[in-house]
Amino acid sequence: MMKLSGTALCLGDHIDTDAIIPARFLVSSDPAELAANCMSGLDPEWIKKVTPGASILVAGRNFGCGSSREHAPLAIAAAGIPAVIACSFARIFYRNAFNMGLLPLELGEAAFTFKEGDLVEVDTENRSVSNKSSGQNFFCPPLPPVMQAILDAGGLASFVKKRLQKRDNTVTSAEDDLLSPP
Amino acid sequence: MALTLAQKILGAHSIAPVTADNLEAGSMVNCRLNLVLANDITAPLAIKALKDMGVERVFDKSGVVLVMDHFTPQKDIASAEQVKICRDFALRQGLEHYYEGGNAGVEHALLPELGLIGPGDLVIGADSHTCSYGGLGAFATGMGSTDIAGGMALGESWFKVPESIRVTFYGILPPHVQGKDLILWTIGEIGVEGALYKALEFDGPVIENLSPEGRLTMANMAIEAGGKAGLFAADAATLAYCRAAGRKGDRLLAPDPGAVYEKHLQSDVSKLEPLVACPHTPENVKPVSGAGNIAVDQVFIGSCTNGRIEDLRQAASILKGRKVKRNLRCVVLPATPAIWRLALREGLLEIFAAAGCIIGPPSCGPCLGGHLGILAGGEKAVSTSNRNFKGRMGSPDSEIYLANPFVAAASAVTGRLTHPGML
Repeated sequence: MMKLSGTALCLGDHIDTDAIIPARFLVSSDPAELAANCMSGLDPEWIKKVTPGASILVAGRNFGCGSSREHAPLAIAAAGIPAVIACSFARIFYRNAFNMGLLPLELGEAAFTFKEGDLVEVDTENRSVSNKSSGQNFFCPPLPPVMQAILDAGGLASFVKKRLQKRDNTVTSAEDDLLSPP
Repeated sequence: MALTLAQKILGAHSIAPVTADNLEAGSMVNCRLNLVLANDITAPLAIKALKDMGVERVFDKSGVVLVMDHFTPQKDIASAEQVKICRDFALRQGLEHYYEGGNAGVEHALLPELGLIGPGDLVIGADSHTCSYGGLGAFATGMGSTDIAGGMALGESWFKVPESIRVTFYGILPPHVQGKDLILWTIGEIGVEGALYKALEFDGPVIENLSPEGRLTMANMAIEAGGKAGLFAADAATLAYCRAAGRKGDRLLAPDPGAVYEKHLQSDVSKLEPLVACPHTPENVKPVSGAGNIAVDQVFIGSCTNGRIEDLRQAASILKGRKVKRNLRCVVLPATPAIWRLALREGLLEIFAAAGCIIGPPSCGPCLGGHLGILAGGEKAVSTSNRNFKGRMGSPDSEIYLANPFVAAASAVTGRLTHPGML
């Protein structure tokens, strides 16, 4: 079991990728540089609110809408934020965050019960979120099998590596079965 | 079970055998890919991810496309370094489709034009506007660089079968109204998360009469409603477009009669007037005549949304014999080298130049605030592109109004957001 904890940094609805990391910073893919400019489209001083390793983002609807730039979840993760809680996520951002090891937790309307500075604890194994300040507990729905398989493999990079090795060795593949409908 | 376009295409590409009943919305399918795309911003991260994956060779030298379009021509040392990483990779891998410099255009205008996209194809791209190819009946969607690296390595990727929203347009398009207005209407109607995790499917008499270019414009902005794809059936016009692009063997494609949609929007467009998405969200859609008295500092005509020849012809029809307002900059970027040359041959560039426009190279440039026309604090732009997020084209204190090329050109003439019928 792995626990993440931190204080809530709250953001509104429809935070887009141009707010998370404006395009003028995309000439680099250096995590430290991206982290320094995280959320600068919203407020250049925002990054000063983050305590690396001890801040958790809590957003509203459609977090990460806009471009497919992986620099967005990368900037957040590199700023030392391990998880983002939101009412809903834009599809591409959700997948990117997951692939990069930034934990996206979709809580629906419950996301709006968090206040700035609330103490938040996340149990990554049973996908539960506790608001220690309000005493409320929430659960995220379980991951679909393919995402769980990617997580179990240790991320998409290792998942692909394993899949390529399997292809070299055998004709059929276990993941094909995993991915095929029941 | 009757299938939507999204279900049909994903089902046809599934690696494991599937029946129609296995393609219900929410099902997961692992699919073979026709094409995997990345650009000068997203490819360097994908190349790094491939290295982390220990991948020596991409799945298919002709199935991986790299287009250096966002900061082209290389705007500074950092962007030049990014392109260099991509070029070295393309040469090392022997990629057949690497486009840079005079061969590069805005990717989503370039790929259809080169005949790389056909109906029923499954395409992923590390660019959110990859959904454009739905205009030709391809299921195409944006993903991040790591997913794209996985696609480049394996030639496959996993998909969640989306629910679909059907949008039907009846009537006859009025003058100065085009595909851009139909998609802005749709986004205004359902909102920026109205199609989150879903596919949009467009049909009806208006769509049947709309050019493939117009359909590409519409599919392009499906992502602005949160959509995973924006899809059109492939008809005779689609096949003619694909043949002209040098393709052979493409076939008609349509959803099954009786396919199940999450929602069905219908609209008679006969009285629709040109629309504008006001700051700072694409869902803030108003008729141009009702958007207020807006003074404009910059007009941008171009991008993967509206940088095709049809768009330039429309803009030129307004600018012919007129002048761009003094102290306003009107930037025209034909989306690909072929469109640039065609616009030259047709005399469109002469019209733009005579009007006082700045004619630039094919590039994404100003659309994403990259270069070739950036906004200062307090400035306002009318742009034919697809996003009007705060700060997208420059200063966070600037404003972007999204409109079609007729409206953009008319606004360049008057210096105010203008209905082209009012000139």
